[in-house]
Amino acid sequence: MSISETATRPGLSISDLNISFRNKDGWTSVVRNLGFDIAPGETVAIVGESGSGKSVTALSVLGLLPQQSTRIEGSIRLGDRQLLSLSPKDLKALRGNEIAMIFQEPMTSLNPTMCIGEQIAESIIAHRGISKAEAKVEAIRLMEKVHIPSAARRYGEYPHQFSGGMRQRVMIAIALACKPALLIADEPTTALDVTIQAQVLNLIKELQEEEGMAVLFITHDMGVVAEVADRMVVMYRGDVVEEGTTTEIFANARHPYTKALLSAAPQLGSMSGSSNPQPFAIYDINTGLAAEASVLKSTVDTSEILLDVKDLSVRFPVQQTIFGKVTARVHAVENVSLTLARGETLAIVGESGSGKSTTGKLITGLLHPTAGKVEICGKPMRIDTRQSLSRSVQMIFQDPFASLNPRLTVGRAITEPLRIHKLASEKEQDEIAASLLTRVGLSPEIAKRYPHEFSGGQRQRICVARTLALKPSVIIADEAVSALDVSVKAQVVNLLLELQQEMQLGFIFISHDMAVVERISNRVAVMYLGEIVEIGPRAAIFSNPVHPYTRRLIEAVPVPDPSRRRDRHKIADSEIRSPVRPGDYVPPARTYREVSSGHLVQDAGPEWAA
Amino acid sequence: MFWFLRRGFASLVMLWVIVTLVFMSIHFVPGDPVELLLSQDGGSADPATVQMIREDLGLNRPIIEQYVEKLKGLASFDLGRSMVDDSSVSAEIARRLPRTLELIGLAALISLVIGIPAGIYAALHTGRRFDRAASYVAGFAQGIPVFVLGTLLILVFSQMLKLTSAGGFVAFSQAPGKHMMLLLMPSLSIGIGLAAIVFRITRASTLEVLPLDYVRTARAKGLGDRRIVLHHILRNALIPVITIFALQIGSLLGGTVLVEYVFNWPGLSGMLVSGVNARDYPTVTGVILVISALLIGLNFLVDVLYGLTDPRVRK
Amino acid sequence: MTGTSLKFTPRQIPAYLLALLLVVSLLAPVLPLQDPLAMDTAARFAGPSAQHLFGQDEFGRDILVRLVFALRNSLIVAFAAAILAGVIGTALGVLAGYSRGLTEMLAMRFIDIVLCFPPLLLAMLAVTLYGPGPVTLIPVLAIVFVPSFTRVAHASVLSVRSQDYVEAVRSMGASNARVMFSTILPNIAGPLIVQFSFTVAVTVVLESGLSFLGLGVLPPAPSLGLMIGTGRATLAQAPMLLVWPCAALTAMILILNAFCDDLRDRLDPKSSKIRGQ
Repeated sequence: MSISETATRPGLSISDLNISFRNKDGWTSVVRNLGFDIAPGETVAIVGESGSGKSVTALSVLGLLPQQSTRIEGSIRLGDRQLLSLSPKDLKALRGNEIAMIFQEPMTSLNPTMCIGEQIAESIIAHRGISKAEAKVEAIRLMEKVHIPSAARRYGEYPHQFSGGMRQRVMIAIALACKPALLIADEPTTALDVTIQAQVLNLIKELQEEEGMAVLFITHDMGVVAEVADRMVVMYRGDVVEEGTTTEIFANARHPYTKALLSAAPQLGSMSGSSNPQPFAIYDINTGLAAEASVLKSTVDTSEILLDVKDLSVRFPVQQTIFGKVTARVHAVENVSLTLARGETLAIVGESGSGKSTTGKLITGLLHPTAGKVEICGKPMRIDTRQSLSRSVQMIFQDPFASLNPRLTVGRAITEPLRIHKLASEKEQDEIAASLLTRVGLSPEIAKRYPHEFSGGQRQRICVARTLALKPSVIIADEAVSALDVSVKAQVVNLLLELQQEMQLGFIFISHDMAVVERISNRVAVMYLGEIVEIGPRAAIFSNPVHPYTRRLIEAVPVPDPSRRRDRHKIADSEIRSPVRPGDYVPPARTYREVSSGHLVQDAGPEWAA
Repeated sequence: MFWFLRRGFASLVMLWVIVTLVFMSIHFVPGDPVELLLSQDGGSADPATVQMIREDLGLNRPIIEQYVEKLKGLASFDLGRSMVDDSSVSAEIARRLPRTLELIGLAALISLVIGIPAGIYAALHTGRRFDRAASYVAGFAQGIPVFVLGTLLILVFSQMLKLTSAGGFVAFSQAPGKHMMLLLMPSLSIGIGLAAIVFRITRASTLEVLPLDYVRTARAKGLGDRRIVLHHILRNALIPVITIFALQIGSLLGGTVLVEYVFNWPGLSGMLVSGVNARDYPTVTGVILVISALLIGLNFLVDVLYGLTDPRVRK
Repeated sequence: MTGTSLKFTPRQIPAYLLALLLVVSLLAPVLPLQDPLAMDTAARFAGPSAQHLFGQDEFGRDILVRLVFALRNSLIVAFAAAILAGVIGTALGVLAGYSRGLTEMLAMRFIDIVLCFPPLLLAMLAVTLYGPGPVTLIPVLAIVFVPSFTRVAHASVLSVRSQDYVEAVRSMGASNARVMFSTILPNIAGPLIVQFSFTVAVTVVLESGLSFLGLGVLPPAPSLGLMIGTGRATLAQAPMLLVWPCAALTAMILILNAFCDDLRDRLDPKSSKIRGQ
C-alpha cells in the first residue's frame, strides 16, 4: 500500500478505557484502564478467554452496549474525533461507514427474512444516498470481491440458502460496503470449520491490504493471532496483562497468564519428538511456573482388540416423493472400518458433514447402521445387545451445559448408570460418587449440588466421572473439549491421559482440532464426506500426510508461531461439499494403499485432481 | 409452488374427514334421533309418526347409502332440510352467513388496528408508562368473556345512556348508517378481547426479536431507526402474530355465536341455538360443517400468508 | 427446584386469592350458608339485607350463596375437564414426540382434525346429541383441550429429546420407558403445568358461555353463565342481578389469568434461572 493512502486514513486510539455494567447489586467493572492504538493498515488482536472483556471493548467502540446499564469512561478516538461524545445521529453516520463490525455467529447475524443482496445494499443506500439500482450493482460487485460465486444470481437468495462460510463472506461484504477506516472483527471464524476459517482469514488480510484499513481482531485462538496480527493485547478478567508486537510476545512472553495461554495453545509439530501422547504443561496463572509435565509411557496393548468396526454405513433419507420413493439421502457414514486396541487412543478428525460424530454414535449404539458391523470386546452391537454393551462403551458429549440433566444433583447424575443397571445400593452409590469425584479432581462435597452451579470445565469433569461409573473399556469423547476455554481444555485433556495411564482405557477421540489431536492420540483417522480418507499412526499422518484432503486440513490449521505464517496464495477457495446424494447414487468402490506400516490412504478420486 | 399444492390437498382431506365424522356422530346417539325430536315437549312420540318421519329423512336405508347420498348432496351444496320446519338448511345458511362474516371481519380489523401498533410501541418502550398501562388494560380486557362484555355494553350504552337500541338488525341496502351503528357494538365486544390478545402476542414477539443478533448487525450498520424497526424487527416479529391470530380466528368463529345471541344479530348463531334446543340435527350439523369448512379455508389462507412472509418455510 | 424465595410480594396476590377461591368452593356445602335453592317468592328482587348480603333474585334465592355455589360448579367442571384433557393429551404428546414415525403422524393429524372445530360449536354439537349437563360437558370440554396439551407435550419432548443429557442416558443403557418417564417427563413438567392452568381458565369461560345459552349446567343448579343469562331478561327491573354475576365471573377469570401468567413466568424454561446459565 502506498504511503499517501495510509496518511489520509484515520487510526484508532483508545486510552484509559473503563467500562462497568449495572446489575441489581450495583456496578461491576468489566474493563479497566485499557489503552492501545491501531495505525491505518495495521492489525491489532485482543486475546483473551471468556470473561476477559474483549468483546465488550469491541462493542463499546461503536456504542453498541445497552445505554441504560453501561457506564463508559475514558477516551476512544478515531483520528481526532472523540467517539464517546458523539450524538446518536453522528454515531449512526459512523457505524457501517467509517467503522464496520463483523460478528461471531454468521448463522444468526443476518436477517432471515431479507434477501442477502438487500442486506448489503441497504448499508450503501443509508450512507451514500445512491439509488436502489445503483446500490444493487455495487452490492453485486462487493459479493464478487469477497469471492461469492454466481453473485448476480445469488443476490436475491436468503441467508438460510448459504453455508456458514458464505454467510461470513456476506457479513464482510456488508462491512466493506462503505470502505471503512477500521474493521472490527469479533471472533469471526470461531464458529467456522478449519479450512473455511483459513479462507476467511485470508480474505480479510487481502481486503485489508487493498483498502488500507485498520483491523481490530478479537479472538481466543493464539494460532489465529499469530496468523493475522501485527500487535496484540492480552486481557484477563478486564485487565490488560501484556501488550506488544506479536513476534515479541510469542518469543518472550512475560506475564504468567500469557505464558499459560501460549502453552495451552497446541502447536502442530511440537510432538514430533515423542511417540506417545503427552500431557500439556500447565502454567500457574499467579506464579508463572509450569508444573512438571510427566513423560508418559505407552499404554497400548495390541493383543486385546476392544473395538472392531467393519464396513459401517448409515444413510438417512431426506427427501421423498408423495409415493414414498426416496429421492435424496444423506450418506452420513460410508464403509468405515477401524480397530481400537486396549490402552490406545484413536482420533477421528474431520469437518462439518464428515460423519465423525455419527460414527461415534454408531459405535455407542445410539444409532443403528444401514450396513456393516460394530463389535465391542468381541460382542456384536445390536438393538438387543446395546443395553448390556453400554457397560463396556461410554460417551462424553460436546456441550457440558446440555449433557447433564438439570434436575439431578451431581451425585445422582454420576451414579445414574449404576441405577439403570442396578449395580449398587443407595449407600454404595454415595461412596462411588465421592470416589469418582475425587478421581477427576473435584471435591466430593459437590455431590449434593446442581450442575448449573458449575463452570463448563467442571461440568465436563463431572461428565467424565459419570462415564467411569460403569468401568467401561472404551470411552468415546465426541468433541469433548471443543467448547471449553483454552486453559481448561488442557486440564481436561491431561485428566483423560491420566485416566488412560491408570486404567488402560481405549479412547476414540472425535475432534476437528488438529492440534489437540496431535497431543493425545496414538493413531489418527481422517474423515471426509462419511469416508475415511486416511488412517495411520499419529506421527506418520502429521509428518507425512498423503491424501489431498488431509494435507488441506493440516495446512489450514493456524500455527501459533508468527514466523511460520502461511503463504496465503496456497489456500484454495472451495466449499466443504455436502454428503447429500440422489436416491439412486451408488458409492464408487474405493481402494486403499499402504504407504508405510499401518498408514493407509484412500486412492483419491478424480474430484481431487485439481 | 409444490408446497402450496400439498397444503391445499391436505386441507381438502381434512374437510372430508370432518364431514365423515359429523355424519358418523349422528349414528352414535343413544336412542333414535327422531324420537328425541318428537318427544321434546315431554310427551312420548307416536311410533307411526316416528316411522313416517324416519322414512321421509331416509334413516331406514343402509348406512353406506345414506353416506353416499350425503356426499352427493354436499357436492351440490345441499345440506338437507330442517327437521322442525322442513326449510332448506343451505338456503338459510346462505342468507345468514354474510352477516356473521361482516361481524368477524370488523372485529378482526378492530383488533389488528389497535393491537399491533400498541404492541410494537409497548415493546419498543418496555417498562415505561404506556407499556405498563397497556399491559394491565390488555390483561383485563382479555379476561372478560365475550358475552359479559356484550351484555355490559348493552347495559351502559342502551339502558343507561340510551344511545342506541339493544341490538337488532337493519339491512345495509336499506339504511347503511344504522346498519353500521348496529354492527359496531357486537364487533367491539369481540374485537376488544381479540385486540388484547393481539397486543400481547405482538409485544412478546417484538421483545423476543429485539435482542437477536441480526438486529445488532442492523444497528452496527448505522441504519436509521425506522428502517430497523420496519424491515428488521417487524418483518420477523409479526410472523408468530400471524400464527396466533389464525388460531384465534377459530375461537372467533365460535365466539360470534354468543355475541349474535346477545345482540340479536341474525347471523348463523340464531339458527344454531334454536337448532340445538330443538335437537334439529340437520340444521346443527349443517351450520357446524359450514363453519368448520370456513375454518379450514382460513387456516389454508394463513398458511399461504406464512409461506409468503417467511422464506425459510418455502423449501 | 433450587432457590425460590418465599417472601410475600404483591405478585403473589393472585395465588392467594385463587387459593381462597378454591378453599371456599371446596368447602361450600359444609359452610354455614343459606340453601342456594331455597325459594322465597314473596321477597323476589329484594335488595341487600342482613340475611341476604347481596339481595335476592327473581325467585327470592340468596344471590351471594348462589354465586358461591356457581363458582364451585364452574371450578369442578373446569378442573375435571382439565385433568382429563391433561392426562390424555400429555400421554399422546409424549408418545408422539418420542416415537416419531407413524405414531407421531397419526397423533398430529388427529389433533389437526379436532382443532378444526371451534370449541363452542363442538360442545353444542355434543349437547344436541347427548343433552346438556355436566356429564356431557366434561368429556366434550376435555376433548376440546386434548390438542393443546398434546401440542405442548410434543413440542417440549422434541426440544428436550435433542439435548445431550437424553442421549447420555440412552448411552448408559436405559430402556425407552425409563428415558420417557424418568428423564424427559420431569423436564417438560413446567410448560405442562402452565398449560393446565390455562386450560382451567379457558374452560371456565367456555362453560359459562354454554350455560349462558342454556346449554350447560342445568337449572336450578346455579351457574354464573346461567345467572347472567337470566339477569339479562330482568335487566330493567333489577340491574344488579346482572351485574353481580358478571363481576364475579370476570373477577374469577382475571384471578385465574393473573395466576397463569405468574406461573408461566416462573416455570418458563426460557428463564435463565431454570436453565442455569
